[in-house]
Amino acid sequence: MTAHANERAVDVRGLRKQYGDVTAVDGIDLGIRRGEVFGLLGPNGAGKSTTVEILQGQRTRDAGEVMVLGADPAAATRAWRSRVGIVWQDESAPAELTVRETVRHFARYYPRPRDPEEVIGLVGLEAKASSRIKALSGGQRRRLDVALGVIGGPELLLLDEPTTGFDPAARRQFWDLIRLLADEGTTILLTTHYLEEAEALADRLAVVARGRVVAEGVPAELRDRYGTGATVTWTDTGGTPRTERTDTPTKTVAELMRRFDGEIPGLRVSRPTLEDVYLRLTGQEDAR
Amino acid sequence: MTTTAVRAPERAAPERLPGAWGLGLRRGALEIRQFFRQRDQVVFTFAFPVVFLFLFASIFSDDVRGAGVTASQLYVPAMMAAGIMSTSFQSLGISIAIERDEKVLRRLRGTPMPPAAYFLGKIWLVLVTGLLETAILLAVGTAFYDVDLPSSAGRWFDFAWIFALGLTACALLGIAISSVPKSGKSATSVVVLPFLVLQFISGVYISIDTIPDWMLNIGALFPLKWMCQGLRGVFLPQSAQVLEQAGSWEFGRIALVLGAWCVGGLALCLLTFRWKNRRDG
Repeated sequence: MTAHANERAVDVRGLRKQYGDVTAVDGIDLGIRRGEVFGLLGPNGAGKSTTVEILQGQRTRDAGEVMVLGADPAAATRAWRSRVGIVWQDESAPAELTVRETVRHFARYYPRPRDPEEVIGLVGLEAKASSRIKALSGGQRRRLDVALGVIGGPELLLLDEPTTGFDPAARRQFWDLIRLLADEGTTILLTTHYLEEAEALADRLAVVARGRVVAEGVPAELRDRYGTGATVTWTDTGGTPRTERTDTPTKTVAELMRRFDGEIPGLRVSRPTLEDVYLRLTGQEDAR
Repeated sequence: MTTTAVRAPERAAPERLPGAWGLGLRRGALEIRQFFRQRDQVVFTFAFPVVFLFLFASIFSDDVRGAGVTASQLYVPAMMAAGIMSTSFQSLGISIAIERDEKVLRRLRGTPMPPAAYFLGKIWLVLVTGLLETAILLAVGTAFYDVDLPSSAGRWFDFAWIFALGLTACALLGIAISSVPKSGKSATSVVVLPFLVLQFISGVYISIDTIPDWMLNIGALFPLKWMCQGLRGVFLPQSAQVLEQAGSWEFGRIALVLGAWCVGGLALCLLTFRWKNRRDG
């Protein structure tokens, strides 16, 4: 069989993984198309990392079907590994080597690597290319991890919380890099708990909570589907702030107009943000 | 128009993945570079056996009755054997356990690097540090403790194969024991204790004719006793054979035992090696 453009890069059905008594992944289904940027969003402990590690071929599963680039990652070959790029959650590069030595060395593992100097530039480490890794800051090390993940020119890039520890400027630069790779046709799966990151990068999103996918779709669509209702806020005659959640905000405002006979003090009507939707879906509403 | 449309395959002929030997050589160069950049580790690794040689060979320097050698002379081959084991068994056992704990191994496993390249790299590192260590101890031994360089080509040959087989066996055992510690932090104790015990019962610190037979018999199950014995055969006069358990150097037997450990050690590594620590199973 030849690889078709419409073939799915990642196909997961009924994935389950248990650690002792704890069920980390409880029946996850995922379908990621080639060339897509897919965001796996969820709180810590939702099962994101376990899922990604199974897709990387780094962790065994208890049940379910997993196909990544047309092969089961549990039986990964060298050829398969050369097509999959991984950015780990925890950094692990050799401390005594320089950035350039490390990136150049990793390039040698791959049949068709990207140019090491170009990759160092893409992650914004040109100024640190000759520094020992142990002298890098946490954020710079993460950027090196990203460099090592993309050096092989992967068809599929799996990133587990890639921007944790980045400052805002580095995060923007990372987003540009992801967009560049996506434009080149790389399929990208990233886990994150930064909502704005998922919204900025992902073509599609899956929200994961307690080992299950609780919602899936295009970010704007998710907001419309799950973000029903609105919040009306005003100040009462006694000066106390009041809040009412309603599906019919216009009606609420009309009633308030009658009551106040004109201008309503401190009136605000807000639609739920993607963050509200996310918190509601993952059962963390009370955390606000 | 042809009826069968021949679609060009999306990927051309299967790509050639880089070979294990070449990558092993590159990994070796990288390992050596990393090793020598850690100054304190370099000093500790090379100075340790020299300091011990100095202490033991200076404290015990009397003639050994009827053997035609001094105690100092006995310590030179003994410390060389211990030095070979320390650069291979001890350093690999500890460093691989730490690399596993710090997820360096897992990262390598996520690349198309062939696993053999990793082990070849370690072997290059051990070969270079082992040769250096042995050369330093030999220099100290000949300069201060009255030991002569091997006198014939045959003795140099014996020296070479004892070094090669002993280093290989100990390196493989080091790789195998690296899977035992639960974390990188406990690696040093897990690896150093058996090494220390073996040094006592294999004739490194205590002269072979002083150790009780039952202890020596346990020591004889492992490579170190045979490495010490072989190196004594290379560097000491024939008259010193009387000190040996069997009354001779037993070169044939040494080759057999060390060879068996190379094969057994390899099997042990293949069966037990883990790229991740137990938590990450």
